[in-house]
Amino acid sequence: MIRLRQHSAVPGFGLTLGYTLTYLSLIVLIPLAALVVKGTAQPWAHFADAAFDARTLAAWRLTFATALVASLVNAVFGLIVSWALARYEFPGRRLLDALIDLPFALPTAVSGIALTAIYSQNGWAGRLLEPIGIKAAFTPLGIVIALTFIGLPFIVRSVQPAIEDLDPAIEEAATLLGATRWQAFWRVILPALQPALVAGFVTAFARSLGEYGSVIFISGNMPMKTEIASLLIVQRLEEFDYPGAAAIALLMLVSSFVLLFAVNVGQWWAARRRFGRVA
Amino acid sequence: MRLVVILVAVAFVALLVLLPVIAVFTEALRKGFALYVASITEHDALSAVKLTLETAAISVAANLVFGIAASWAIAKFEFPGKSILISLIDLPFAVSPVISGLVFVLLFGAQGIFGRWLLDRNIQIVFAEPGVILATIFVTFPFIARELIPLMQEQGVEEEEAAVLLGASAWQTFRRVTLPNIRWALLYGVVLCNARAMGEFGAVSVVSGHIRGRTNTLPLHVEILYNEYNFSAAFAVASLLTLLAVVTLIVKTLLEWKTRRGHSTPVEDVYAD
Repeated sequence: MIRLRQHSAVPGFGLTLGYTLTYLSLIVLIPLAALVVKGTAQPWAHFADAAFDARTLAAWRLTFATALVASLVNAVFGLIVSWALARYEFPGRRLLDALIDLPFALPTAVSGIALTAIYSQNGWAGRLLEPIGIKAAFTPLGIVIALTFIGLPFIVRSVQPAIEDLDPAIEEAATLLGATRWQAFWRVILPALQPALVAGFVTAFARSLGEYGSVIFISGNMPMKTEIASLLIVQRLEEFDYPGAAAIALLMLVSSFVLLFAVNVGQWWAARRRFGRVA
Repeated sequence: MRLVVILVAVAFVALLVLLPVIAVFTEALRKGFALYVASITEHDALSAVKLTLETAAISVAANLVFGIAASWAIAKFEFPGKSILISLIDLPFAVSPVISGLVFVLLFGAQGIFGRWLLDRNIQIVFAEPGVILATIFVTFPFIARELIPLMQEQGVEEEEAAVLLGASAWQTFRRVTLPNIRWALLYGVVLCNARAMGEFGAVSVVSGHIRGRTNTLPLHVEILYNEYNFSAAFAVASLLTLLAVVTLIVKTLLEWKTRRGHSTPVEDVYAD
């Protein structure tokens, strides 16, 4: 018999591990396997057709582009917000800190309709933007706004602890050696924050790729124009095109995994370069 | 410079985050308080509340048992493949909500892998409550386990070993030694899991079939009302969910303060929708 574990005085190994593996398989692994099965069971021609036809390609382009822009906006403003929260004391700081978590806690359907109300023609922001020619609702801009909303917390919660962990001695050294405030920030602080910033960016980006609820209300969902990939999956399902839906979903899933995997590897590699081999 | 940074930060967050919350309540009360109350006590809305509460209760309970079992197995024993197991447990976090619902349609839907089998036995999973519950369990799967595993690993196994050596049964060991040590993390995980379970939209939307009065959770009911241009009612129901979100944030902050955690758990994973 294979000695799978050291003999332990604590009871319950078999029961807990068995239950864990069974539950994991039933709830997570088997359903995901169904996706792979259904996605790959079709002839390659069908798969390619579903995943790469004109409408789907438009959806991919839109999804990636809006996710990228939103994540970049969040990277810049998220850094500013994290800096303010981590470094400065000001009235309302606690409230601001709590607000950051709100896009997470708010159900996406709620944020979706709220954002649409604000940015549609008669909304508070729409009323101001429309006269100067900026249409937010039912355009890719609206999608970017929605994705910025849900992505902000990822960046801030990644960068804020990193700023708090910065060693003040290094900043002081930079200033003592003659760096201006801006030089110190650009050449000393920012590189130190880069792993956290990148990690936050990629997480926000990966999330934005799959986002559904917050986006579908403000986007207008016009095929070829404002239809995001996750909505297209739902469309295919409603048409009972299971293999088509599975094809798109499989691609989306694989790209999320690749992204997250790449960021993990990137962080590990960067840490190794900085600190040398640990093990 | 300092002032500029603070002003930009505050303006950005206020405009982006605070505004929508305020909008929910203004829109909800636009047609007056009487209509507001009517919208949230109307029959279909109450069914949605009921389904949401049931789904959340079952999902939290199921994932609670799992979370405890998984963290017990991982923290108290050594075995090969532990990090793979932990990564697998985190899997649902990386899956888009629509895909989380899709997988169950592919499994149990009419054209699904078990579709024929279920049809022959007249069992409805997709487009019925069981589907909604399954999709919610999938989406909230990792929450409690993720809170418990690092904590229990940190706490090690000595106390439990001591208890067993002193003659405690397995259940006594768990109840009187382990549980008191993990109770705040447990509560924290339950709160996050519950919040997500109640607010989940994408996955449930795919799986539910949107049958009014039967397979609609609160977020889905919001969507239906909105699509019918019944805006005030939609926002009225949405305000309930918003209140839930605010309460969740308050409870979460209190629990963090209680365990002095700071920013250890990203709430960013709570609503991956």
